[in-house]
Amino acid sequence: MRKGKDSGPRLRVDPIACEGHGLCIEAFPEMVGRDPWGYPVLPADAIPPHLMRHAQRAVAVCPVLALRLTKT
Amino acid sequence: MSTAHRLTATGPSYADLAVHLRCHGPLPAADPAWIIEVVDRSGLTGRGGAAFPTGRKLRAVAGGSRRSGAPVVVANGCEGEPASSKDRTLLLKAPHLILDGIALAARAVGAQDMRLCVHEDQTDVIRTLRQALGERRAAGAPGADVEIVTVPDRYVASEESALVQLLNGGPALPLATPPRPFEKGVRGRPTLIDNVETLAHLALAVRHGADWFRSAGTPDAPGTALVTLGGAVAVPGVYEVELGLSGAELLAVAGGPVEPLRAVLCGGYFGAWLRSDRFAPARISARGLQNAGAAMGAGVFLALPATSCGLAETARVARYLAAQSAGQCGPCLNGLPALADALTGLAMRGDRKAATTIASLAPYVAGRGACRHPDGAVRLVTSALSEFGDDLRLHTSRGPCAGLRRAPILPVPAASSRVPERV
Ligand code: SF4
Ligand code: SF4
Repeated sequence: MRKGKDSGPRLRVDPIACEGHGLCIEAFPEMVGRDPWGYPVLPADAIPPHLMRHAQRAVAVCPVLALRLTKT
Repeated sequence: MSTAHRLTATGPSYADLAVHLRCHGPLPAADPAWIIEVVDRSGLTGRGGAAFPTGRKLRAVAGGSRRSGAPVVVANGCEGEPASSKDRTLLLKAPHLILDGIALAARAVGAQDMRLCVHEDQTDVIRTLRQALGERRAAGAPGADVEIVTVPDRYVASEESALVQLLNGGPALPLATPPRPFEKGVRGRPTLIDNVETLAHLALAVRHGADWFRSAGTPDAPGTALVTLGGAVAVPGVYEVELGLSGAELLAVAGGPVEPLRAVLCGGYFGAWLRSDRFAPARISARGLQNAGAAMGAGVFLALPATSCGLAETARVARYLAAQSAGQCGPCLNGLPALADALTGLAMRGDRKAATTIASLAPYVAGRGACRHPDGAVRLVTSALSEFGDDLRLHTSRGPCAGLRRAPILPVPAASSRVPERV
């Protein structure tokens, strides 16, 4: 699930901090999936430019700051 | 090729400093660059499970010291694998070889601060180490000031980032995005973390040279390794073997199987099952077992009799592993019990949906925790489904097999009794 090759910004979750309330999933359903227990399944691929705003919204909406965007 | 006696050269009982020096000779006055050079050329890799080149690690830590102060050396003697007892055996029989290795590694990377981590409930090991350190102090031998650190007896407590966190005064739990220890570990210093067996090999490689080290084993898996052989073999125990021998030769080291075998669990509870016909010709080394679809891990091999139920055995271990989750990460906390439940349902009740459930859940568990604990558990469970395909069909068509009546082969520590048996 973590294999994307292309470079660019990616979403990363801190699995210890994440509480699985799924706000990020609602904010960015185009690329963030839900696992059987409600935790976010992040895209392996880089975020395409036209979806960056959605990715940033997902990061902003996380109440415990578990989600971040990385450069590579 | 069968047993070897390098780490075990001093015999089956405790080797005090005099016995140790008579057998192995004094520590050479090697300079740091030379130590790293020899270890590099010897081809020594980590014996704790990751099989990372030890020389490269030494170089990384030595290089990091220019930036952030004198490094720290941490010897890991915690033996996270419940079925393994090779580190414990080495600590009890040849602690001076480990202490030599710590002292040499410290010299190589320029460290003064040396720690040796062992589980807190292993009081006999702690007592032995105190005695060995006392002998070194009296003789003025290097490594007399290694500090013994006791670690809570939980599986993931000996994971690298958990150890570093503990040594920094925190809880012994894995971190989500730990800085790499060779850059910023204990006290923010570059930190070398090596398994105790690895350090013992290092002590001999530096004494006798890279060519000597490579005179055992194979070119791509040089040297010897300690292995824990258990299950249905004549003489279960810890043995030292040359790497690269075949699975059949390995079992012969422990007197061979005592009854026909179904499979061998390779690499312990982080490893994978291999059916006995595939295990026999497999090469015992990190690469050899990887090629066969299993893992060397910390060198644990458990032989399962043909009349045992591989599914039930794996389900018990899966429940244990679920209970050992540090409970920090959702996919591990939820996923491991779900996998263990599904496998238990298959083994005990012939649940027809179990295999599909496991196949669909596994990708949501592996690789989604802060540490590799869930990855290992998933590998074990999925390898059971692929290697015990016949049992799987039998269970779903005719219900639980006769193997359930046999006493369990895989040892699971008592702590697992805390897990409710959801049968
Ligand atoms: S919003 Fe934050 S805490 Fe909630 S599921 Fe997403 S990452 Fe986890
Ligand atoms: S993956 Fe599991 S064992 Fe590892 S830190 Fe997370 S909860 Fe703990």
